[in-house]
Amino acid sequence: MRPFTFTKVRNSAVAVKEISEKEEAKFIAGGTNLLDLMKFDVMIPKNIIDITGIALNYIKNLEDGGLRLGALVTNSDTAYHKEVENRYPLLSHAILAGASPQLRNKATDAGNLLQRTRCYYFYDPATPCNKREPGSGCSAIHGYNRWHAIFGASEKCIATHPSDMCVALAALEAKVNVTGPNGERNIPFEDFHRLPGDHPEKDTNLSKDEIITSIDLPANGFAENFSYIKNRDRASYSFALVSIAVGLEMKGNKIKEARIVLGGVAHKPWRNKEAEAFLNNKEANRENFEAVADVIVREAKGYEYNKFKIELARRSVVRALMQAAKIEE
Amino acid sequence: MATNFIGKPKNRVDGRDKVTGTAKYTAEFHRPGLLHGVVVSGTIAKGRIKNIDTTAALRLEGVVEVFTHINTPKQAWLDLSYKDMDAPPGEPFRPLHNDKIQFNMQPVALVVAETLELAQYAATLVKVEYEVEEHRTKLADHLEDAIDGDGFRAGFVPPKSQGNFKKAFSNSEVQLDVEYFHGAEHHNPMEMHAATVFYEEDGSLTIYDKTQGVKNSQHYISMVFGLSKKKVRVLSPFVGGAFGSALRPQYQLFLATLAALELKRSVKVELTRPQMFSFGHRPITIQNLKLGASPDGKLKAISHKAFSETSRFEKYVENVVNWAAKLYDCDNIEQVYKLVRLDMYTPLDMRAPGGATGVYALESAMDELSYKLKMDPMELRLKNYSEEDKSEGKPFSTKTLRECFQKGAAKFGWEKRNPQPRSMKKGHDLIGWGMATGVWDAMQVPARAKAEFSADGTLTVGSATADIGTGTYTIMTQIAAETLGLPLEKVKANLGDSDLPFAFIEGGSSTAASVGSAVQKVCEKIAKKLLKEAGKIKDSPFKGANPEEVIFADEMITDKINPSISMSFAEIMESRELEKINKKYMLLPNMLKQNKYSRNTHSAVFAEVKVDEDLGTIKVNRIVSAIDGGRILNLKTAHSQILGGVVWGISMAVHEDSFMDHTFGRFINHDLSKYHISVNADMPEIDVVFVEEPDMVVSSVGAKGIGEIGMVGVAAAIGNAVFHATGKRVRSLPITQEKAMT
Amino acid sequence: MPEYNLNVNGQSFTVEAAADTPVLWVLRDHLRLVGTKYGCGIGQCGACTIHLDGKAQRSCLTPVSSVENAKITTIEGLSEDGSHPVQVAWKEADAPQCGYCQAGQIMTASSFLRENPAPSNEEIRKAMHGNICRCAAYNRIEKAVAMASEKLT
Repeated sequence: MRPFTFTKVRNSAVAVKEISEKEEAKFIAGGTNLLDLMKFDVMIPKNIIDITGIALNYIKNLEDGGLRLGALVTNSDTAYHKEVENRYPLLSHAILAGASPQLRNKATDAGNLLQRTRCYYFYDPATPCNKREPGSGCSAIHGYNRWHAIFGASEKCIATHPSDMCVALAALEAKVNVTGPNGERNIPFEDFHRLPGDHPEKDTNLSKDEIITSIDLPANGFAENFSYIKNRDRASYSFALVSIAVGLEMKGNKIKEARIVLGGVAHKPWRNKEAEAFLNNKEANRENFEAVADVIVREAKGYEYNKFKIELARRSVVRALMQAAKIEE
Repeated sequence: MATNFIGKPKNRVDGRDKVTGTAKYTAEFHRPGLLHGVVVSGTIAKGRIKNIDTTAALRLEGVVEVFTHINTPKQAWLDLSYKDMDAPPGEPFRPLHNDKIQFNMQPVALVVAETLELAQYAATLVKVEYEVEEHRTKLADHLEDAIDGDGFRAGFVPPKSQGNFKKAFSNSEVQLDVEYFHGAEHHNPMEMHAATVFYEEDGSLTIYDKTQGVKNSQHYISMVFGLSKKKVRVLSPFVGGAFGSALRPQYQLFLATLAALELKRSVKVELTRPQMFSFGHRPITIQNLKLGASPDGKLKAISHKAFSETSRFEKYVENVVNWAAKLYDCDNIEQVYKLVRLDMYTPLDMRAPGGATGVYALESAMDELSYKLKMDPMELRLKNYSEEDKSEGKPFSTKTLRECFQKGAAKFGWEKRNPQPRSMKKGHDLIGWGMATGVWDAMQVPARAKAEFSADGTLTVGSATADIGTGTYTIMTQIAAETLGLPLEKVKANLGDSDLPFAFIEGGSSTAASVGSAVQKVCEKIAKKLLKEAGKIKDSPFKGANPEEVIFADEMITDKINPSISMSFAEIMESRELEKINKKYMLLPNMLKQNKYSRNTHSAVFAEVKVDEDLGTIKVNRIVSAIDGGRILNLKTAHSQILGGVVWGISMAVHEDSFMDHTFGRFINHDLSKYHISVNADMPEIDVVFVEEPDMVVSSVGAKGIGEIGMVGVAAAIGNAVFHATGKRVRSLPITQEKAMT
Repeated sequence: MPEYNLNVNGQSFTVEAAADTPVLWVLRDHLRLVGTKYGCGIGQCGACTIHLDGKAQRSCLTPVSSVENAKITTIEGLSEDGSHPVQVAWKEADAPQCGYCQAGQIMTASSFLRENPAPSNEEIRKAMHGNICRCAAYNRIEKAVAMASEKLT
């Protein structure tokens, strides 16, 4: 591997100081994505700051009835945490749909948010990629784009965000707490990840010198009516072609509130609030679900190999809504 | 008899080594001062290297040398010298030979350093400038340039036609004309290809190489580097999977040897997972099947044509279209095989090469025909069941396929099948049942073996073959122990060492029949010698006895007619004051006898799939594989072989696809998260049924070899089941979710 | 280069390595404990699985600097002679074919069975799904885990 410095830090303030001062610096925690990207010469940090020593490995209840996930809690510990299993089963299901037990034992919650796309071209330095090397071009647009975006892509990049966990977090309207040189702030989940636009090299709206300290889940976990569906190329251990997180707040057979977020289809978890609003105060039935699915895929755009994702997304939305509403067919 | 082992489900003799981590693989041998070599892979498909700058890499302390085409001393300049025993016709690839780039990910430099980390870093500092030439890598775009798929290669039979297909097809009442396709695949054994070359004080080389044939690697190195075979010893005691990828010497062997010879030091070169996509793949085929039949299902005409791909420099041929004439009783058969030269590395035999892909298309087309005929697919096969190989006009040495159909169908419950597609459903899952036939060659090739029996009652047998997970160590031990009548613990089998007697490359399902028979024969020679020595003992009851008159079991010789007459081996060795008995045997297949027959393994495969009616998600739910594989030498390891083969078939049917981006002429999904192979969550229930009939034509141990047959036919059975479930015929592999959506 | 004190299979070792060197290579190249295998180097195959404080993890994605206070167990430390119930079941069920992925499989299984000594088939499947076996002995592996569980309970 290339030479670089390696520093261990014990608290967030020092972490922020270190990353602000050092050139081409990266935090490392679980390392499950950074290390493989370094292996492939995709990411070449000069300074690595090990943050595993910071006391961010906790899960605690919040006064407003929500739950706070420390940045360094592993994905496994989150998924199997009693409070998460009982109050946020959607999150639990989504996490367990991803990766493998050994990886989940290492990967942290904040790291999950920051994992990078699995686009073939991003991973292969022999090919152009705007995300890896801004201005070099996008090989996927006219290449093998079966895994790529159908929503919100740009001329510069059609990569997708690969996370399962983030799809659930978006549906739950989580907030990301971060610390930077100017103090703390929190970022609503839908603003955390970006669309590629002209700057696909930027995955998120986190500043270079900020560190994620925790993730807050609001009180409502949609524990009664939820569904997570993941379409993938083999039964486990592969990234989503299309995944769907659905949470419904129901009264009788009427829908009070709906959350519908798609994964594997855009540069960020893809949420359509207009479509969600369409379901407010409507009956939970196939007809309404079909209608909302139509709304969601209306703005989808496919490429040579991934056109099928549009219809797959449409049908998966319907299936997930039916499951969440517990309607048997 | 306590020393009867053949056919029994005995535990793998190397099981302990494999579960304790003590089995050592190629890259795990070490000596102080071992250098690490890292390969720099090219990034274009065709052109030449304009400039290669190694100065930054060489500047690092601890980097010993960077080999490129510029500073690599010229080796043997004859193509012939680079030809290994499994080379197809053509001019083999010569690593670091000149500035020419012939395929993407071609090795362009080897960085050698004191540590692996340093070599890896230095490799990133090697800068290469290319002059790019236009490449062509897409088979479908160049079919008009196809050449005949012919030439001499071991195991390859140029396809023949017989009768008059055209006329018979046009006279057929029921006709089918369909095209099938499958993607490329890479072997991806779990162990990476590696070579560890120890440079000995006398300048000789001890090489650990990942290979299925140590003699092949030894031959290659001695020819290429002009070394006497006495100076090159190649070992490969354990192979972490190969599946054909280690049949031919790959470039890690050349590069590690080059560096060791030039630097006069020991060097290890281990490839990375992406580099496992840089040499040899199962080639894409585009196949056309035309079937003509009478309304009662009798086949009147079969045409099987395939287009496949090869490199510019070698003509890789495999048996894609040769199977219809072996399976079906039809007088008019046309079999055509064409190749297109493309800018890629030469394809490479991959488990059931040709068979897995050709039979996929043939057996899928047969299924299509059965629906046209409104006939049960198995009944259609039985209707056209062939007792002889039509392409050769010869009977089969043994064939239990009919029983395979019966037993497999019974186990599966085939008779309960509703012929109507989309007729079975559970929840959102459409359920489909499909079946197919499999066929592969039963081969015996020359093999030598040696054996040494010691006064302490132990026996060591050896042959320079390989155990790539197939169980060769175990069956050699079982055969030797039973033949001489020893407990398994007293037998030691050696293989994977070029110092041992010659065995051909471990491939094509030939090892059990070849090496197994050689081991049996050499042990018979030891037995004969023991009997002879026994006869020399004073007042011996075995004086002048023939081996046929006695039994070798339980570490003694016993008279067949009067079992009370016996003499222990220990007694014989002691009385005759013998320390050791050494014997060698050279097995040459009896071609006179073998050529009277066609020699094949067969299978009947039954599959159940579930396909989500909306989402197209496919789950292979159940497989029954009934195998005609001759005598089974070890029920446990044989069962494992078939299980593995079946899963390979599933993986081929629904997962594997090495996708080449033709803009770059480069396989783009070159790691294990992007190249999907089946994982345990994909596993169905798999039942294996052996329909045994010892085949004494193929081998004196009665085995036919089962490494590939488990795979053949599986993909077709699954595709046929997907049709039965959904009513949608998918004619390309892998059948991913979108293809099964209806 | 920094020095690290490691506890591997109950023994103490001091190694000199770059902070980010994966434990996999420290085991294989520095300590010559080659039972832990390199199958991809990027956490995709499971061949390098070891126990860190009893938990199954990928050693190829674990920097040496992060394990100084951890108890590392490799296949060599599971038992001296292959007598661990999981190893015994592995041999009996013929789980290994080529054998290369098996150390990782066994380490995953043994850690899992310690947490859940009497798992259902579904739980076994979930626990083992991160380990790829190209010989495709999966059904045998699941059977071996079940067999080992019977011996443990």
